Amino acid sequence: MSEIVEPKTAREVADKLADANARGRLVSPRGGGSKLDWGNPPARTDVVVSTAALNRVVEHAWADMTVTVEAGCTVARLQETLAQHGQRLAIDVLWPERATIGGILATNDSGVLRLRFGSLRDLVIGMTVALPDGTLAMSGGKVVKNVAGYDLPKLMTGALGTLGVITQAVFRLHPIPHHTRTLTAQLPNAEAAQKLMIAIQDSQLAHSALQFRTDASSVDVLLEGTEAGIQAQQATLATMAAFTEGSATSWNARQELWPAETIAKISVLPSQIAETLQQLNPTRAVMQATGIGHVTLTGDPAAARHIVEVKGGSLVLLTPSSIDAWGNPGDALPVMRAVKQQFDPNAILNRGRYVGGL
Amino acid sequence: MTAVSSQLLDEFRAVLGERGLISSPAELRTYECDGLTNFRVAPIAVLLPTSTAEVQDVVRICHRERIPFVARGSGTGLSGGALPIAGGVVISLARMKRILDVDFANQRVVVEPGVINLEVTGRVAPNNYFYAPDPSSQSVCTIGGNVAENSGGAHCLKYGFTTTHVLAMEVVLPNGDVVNLGSNALDAPGYDLSGVFVGAEGTLGIATKVTLRIVKRPEQIQTLLAAFPTANEAGTAVSGIIAAGIVPAAIEMMDSLSIQAAEAAVHANYPMCGGLLLVELDGPTAEVEALMAQVNKICTDHGASEIRVAQSEGERMVVWKGRKAAFAAMGRISPNYIVQDGVIPRTALPEVLDEIERMSRETGLRVANVFHAGDGNLHPLVLYDRRIEGQEHAAEKFSEAILQLCIDKGGSITGEHGVGEEKKHMMPKMYAEPDLETMQRVRCAFDPLHLSNPTKVFPRPRLCGEAPGEYKPHPLEQAGIAERF
Ligand SMILES: Cc1cc2nc3c(=O)[nH]c(=O)nc-3n(C[C@H](O)[C@H](O)[C@H](O)COP(=O)(O)OP(=O)(O)OC[C@H]3O[C@@H](n4cnc5c(N)ncnc54)[C@H](O)[C@@H]3O)c2cc1C
Ligand SMILES: Cc1cc2nc3c(=O)[nH]c(=O)nc-3n(C[C@H](O)[C@H](O)[C@H](O)COP(=O)(O)OP(=O)(O)OC[C@H]3O[C@@H](n4cnc5c(N)ncnc54)[C@H](O)[C@@H]3O)c2cc1C
Repeated sequence: MSEIVEPKTAREVADKLADANARGRLVSPRGGGSKLDWGNPPARTDVVVSTAALNRVVEHAWADMTVTVEAGCTVARLQETLAQHGQRLAIDVLWPERATIGGILATNDSGVLRLRFGSLRDLVIGMTVALPDGTLAMSGGKVVKNVAGYDLPKLMTGALGTLGVITQAVFRLHPIPHHTRTLTAQLPNAEAAQKLMIAIQDSQLAHSALQFRTDASSVDVLLEGTEAGIQAQQATLATMAAFTEGSATSWNARQELWPAETIAKISVLPSQIAETLQQLNPTRAVMQATGIGHVTLTGDPAAARHIVEVKGGSLVLLTPSSIDAWGNPGDALPVMRAVKQQFDPNAILNRGRYVGGL
Repeated sequence: MTAVSSQLLDEFRAVLGERGLISSPAELRTYECDGLTNFRVAPIAVLLPTSTAEVQDVVRICHRERIPFVARGSGTGLSGGALPIAGGVVISLARMKRILDVDFANQRVVVEPGVINLEVTGRVAPNNYFYAPDPSSQSVCTIGGNVAENSGGAHCLKYGFTTTHVLAMEVVLPNGDVVNLGSNALDAPGYDLSGVFVGAEGTLGIATKVTLRIVKRPEQIQTLLAAFPTANEAGTAVSGIIAAGIVPAAIEMMDSLSIQAAEAAVHANYPMCGGLLLVELDGPTAEVEALMAQVNKICTDHGASEIRVAQSEGERMVVWKGRKAAFAAMGRISPNYIVQDGVIPRTALPEVLDEIERMSRETGLRVANVFHAGDGNLHPLVLYDRRIEGQEHAAEKFSEAILQLCIDKGGSITGEHGVGEEKKHMMPKMYAEPDLETMQRVRCAFDPLHLSNPTKVFPRPRLCGEAPGEYKPHPLEQAGIAERF
C-alpha cells in the first residue's frame, strides 16, 4: 500500500519529496486523480503526493489579465472565479470538474480552443515547482512578457510530473467573448473535410475552433466576438460549404470518446488528416484543424502507431495497453535523459511512466 | 598569437575554407560587440559556416579543445548576448540564410538561422501570409537571434512572441551532436526542449534550422492614434480597453519626449501631447469596425483630446514608422542614451511613471518612455551626455534603479532584449538562488562543459555534476560523449 500525503504548503511538498528521495521511496504526484493511469504504469508507488490541499486561487489580477493559482485547484473552479470578471483561461480540457491545474499542466492537455489560443505552454507565464532534493524553485513571473532566464514553465508542462511537482502556476488570461456561435456542415468524407478545413484556415476568418467529427461526418466551426463580426463570418462560411447553426455540444466530442477499449491522441500535419484517417480506420475520430486528434481504435495499436510515425507524427495511447504509451521519443532522447538526471537523479518521480522509460 | 591557436586556425580553415574564417585583428573588430557597444571583447577568430555539417565540425573542435563559442546572427542584440568571450570563437550564422521550405497548406516555413526576420514575411506575403513576431529591428536581425532572445514586437500582444511561432528546430549541441527539438506535427512526446531552447540566449547550443509558423494576413487592419494630456490618462484608457474585453493586435504608448524625437526623425505627424496611444485592431472587417467604434468611445471617455484613425495603408505605415524609429530617434534630442527593457504589471504604470519622473528630477537626467502598453513592457530611454563628467555613470545607475522598480512591482528586468552580459548581475534581484540554480540544471543537461556562450545570463555558473543524490553516470557520459571533471 502506498502512503498518501496531502501537503498544505509548497514548502511541505518539497520537504516530502526530499524525505522520499533520501529514503529511496518512489513518488507519484496526484491532482484530481482523474488520470493516474495515463502513460505507462509506474514501476512502483510508495508515496502519493496529493495536491488536494493546495487549491486556492491566489490572485486574479483581472486588470492585468493574469491569475496565480495553486496546483490542486480544479479547472472548473478556476474558470468560475475568472468568469466573475468576464475572463477565462482559454483552454478547454477533459473533465474540468475533476482535472486540476497541476494535472492539466503535467499532461499538457488541450482542447478545441488550441487552434486560436495555443496550448498551455503558450498560456503559462510562471510556475513554482518542488524538486526531489527539496528545492522549491520559481521561474517565469507574473507578467505576460518576460525573457529573464530559462522558460522552465514550458519544460514542466507536459513532463507528466517526472521532473518535479508543480505547486503553483501563473497564467495569462483572455476575455470571455460576448457572443459565440457554432456552425456545422456535413461533408461526404474525410478528404472533403480536410479540404474544407484547410480552405477555412487559409481564409481571413478569425474562428476560434475548427474540427472534423467522423461519427457525424461534419466539420464544426466556432465563431466568437461581436454579433456583427460573427454574422459577417457566417455569411463567408456559407459560401464555402452548407453550414447551418450547430450545437455547442459538438465541442464535447473528444470527451465523449470515453469509455472505450483503446483511445489514442494522434498528431499529424493538417494536410495529412484524411490520409491518416483512411489508413487508421478508427471507430471514431475527432480531428482538430491543427492536426491533433483523438481516435478510438480496434486492432493492433503498434500498427496504428507505425502509420502515424512514418508521416512524422505521433500516437500516444490514453488507455492501458500492452505497448509503450508514447512511441518514438526522437533523437533528442539523450538530452531528455540528461534533463531528468539533473532534476530527479534517483528517478523517484513517476518512474518509468514517461517517454523513453523516463 | 600562440602556436596552438595558429594550428587551431588551420583546422578551422580546413573545415570552412578561406572565406569561412576571420582572424585578422582589424577584421575581428567588427565582431567585438553587439548592439550594446559599451562591452567589447575580441574573439580569437570568427567562423562562418555554411551548413549544419560545418557547424557541427567546428563545434566538435571547440568541444575537444574546450574552447568557448558564441553564436552570432546580425549582432543587433541589446544585452551583449553575442559579445565574444575572451579566448573563445564567434560562430556567425550569417552565411546560412536560405529559406528551405514554404508549406502554405500547413502554414509552416523552414529556414536557416541566418535568414533575416523580414525576409520570411517577404517570401510568404504574395500568398497573404506573414511572420508575426516583429521586433523593430526586423529588417536586419536574424531568425537565429530571434530564437535565442525570444524576441517580441508590437504585435506580440495578440500574436505571441517568437516562442509561439517556433515549432521545431535542428540544433547542434555543445558536444557537436545534431538533434531535432520539437516536431513538425504538434505535441511530440517528451520534454519541451524546443520551448526551453527558445530564449536561452545561445547558451544551450546553436540552432541550424528552424520551423516557423506563419499567419494569414487579417482581412482588415485599422490603427487609431489618441492624444491624452498625460501618460497616466493614456494608461487608464488602456485599462478601459482591456476591461471591455477587447484584445487589440497592438497597443503602444509614447510620452512627449518620445513623440518629439520621433517627429524630428520621421515626421509621423503625431499630435503633441503628454501621452499618445497607438491602438491597432485587426481581423474580419465587420469585427474590426465594431470594436474600433468601442475603442474610439473609450478613448474619448478617458479624456483623449484628439483621435485619428489612419485612413490609408500609407498613413498606417507612417504611424508605425514613427513608433519603430523611436529608439534611434533619441539621437536627435540627446547625444547619448541608454535603452531599458523592464516589464511591469500594466496596472502599475501610473506609480511607475511617477517614480521615474521623481528620479528624473532628482538626477537631473531626462527620460523618454516608449511603452508596449498592452503587455506592460516599458522601454525607458535615459538621456545623457557622455562629455559631461559623471553623467554616464549616473545614467547607468538611474537605468538600473528603473529595473529595480520593475522588480519591486512584480515585473521583470527584461521583456524582449534578454539578460545577456548586461543584466546578469540583476538576475539575483529578480530570482532567488534556488530559482537560478534550478534553471542552470537545464544548462548542465545541454552543456555540461560550459562551452556555449557560457558567461551569459547567469551571474555565477553552476558546476555541473553536483546534482544531489547518489552518483549515476550522466547519460552523456554513458554515451561516451562527455566526461566528468
Ligand atoms: C492526452 C490525454 C489523455 C487523457 N486521458 C484521460 C483518460 O483516459 N481519462 C481521464 O479521466 N482523463 C484523461 N485525461 C485528462 C487528464 O488526465 C485530466 O484532464 C487532467 O490532465 C488530469 O488532472 P488530474 O488533476 O486529474 O491529474 P491526475 O490524474 O491526478 O494526474 C495526471 C498526471 O499528472 C501528474 N500530476 C498531477 N498533478 C501534478 C502536479 N501538481 N505536479 C506534477 N505532476 C502532477 C500525475 O502524476 C499524473 O501523472 C487525458 C488528458 C490528456 C492530455
Ligand atoms: C534598433 C533596434 C531595435 C530593436 N528592437 C527590438 C524589438 O522591438 N524587440 C526585440 O525583441 N528586440 C529588439 N532589438 C534587439 C535585437 O534586434 C533582437 O534581440 C534580435 O533578435 C537579435 O538578432 P540578431 O540576429 O542581431 O542576433 P545577435 O545579436 O547576433 O545575437 C543575439 C543572441 O542570439 C544568439 N544567437 C544568434 N544566432 C543563434 C543561433 N543560430 N543559435 C543559437 N543562438 C544564436 C547569440 O549568441 C546572442 O546571444 C532591437 C535592436 C535594435 C538595434
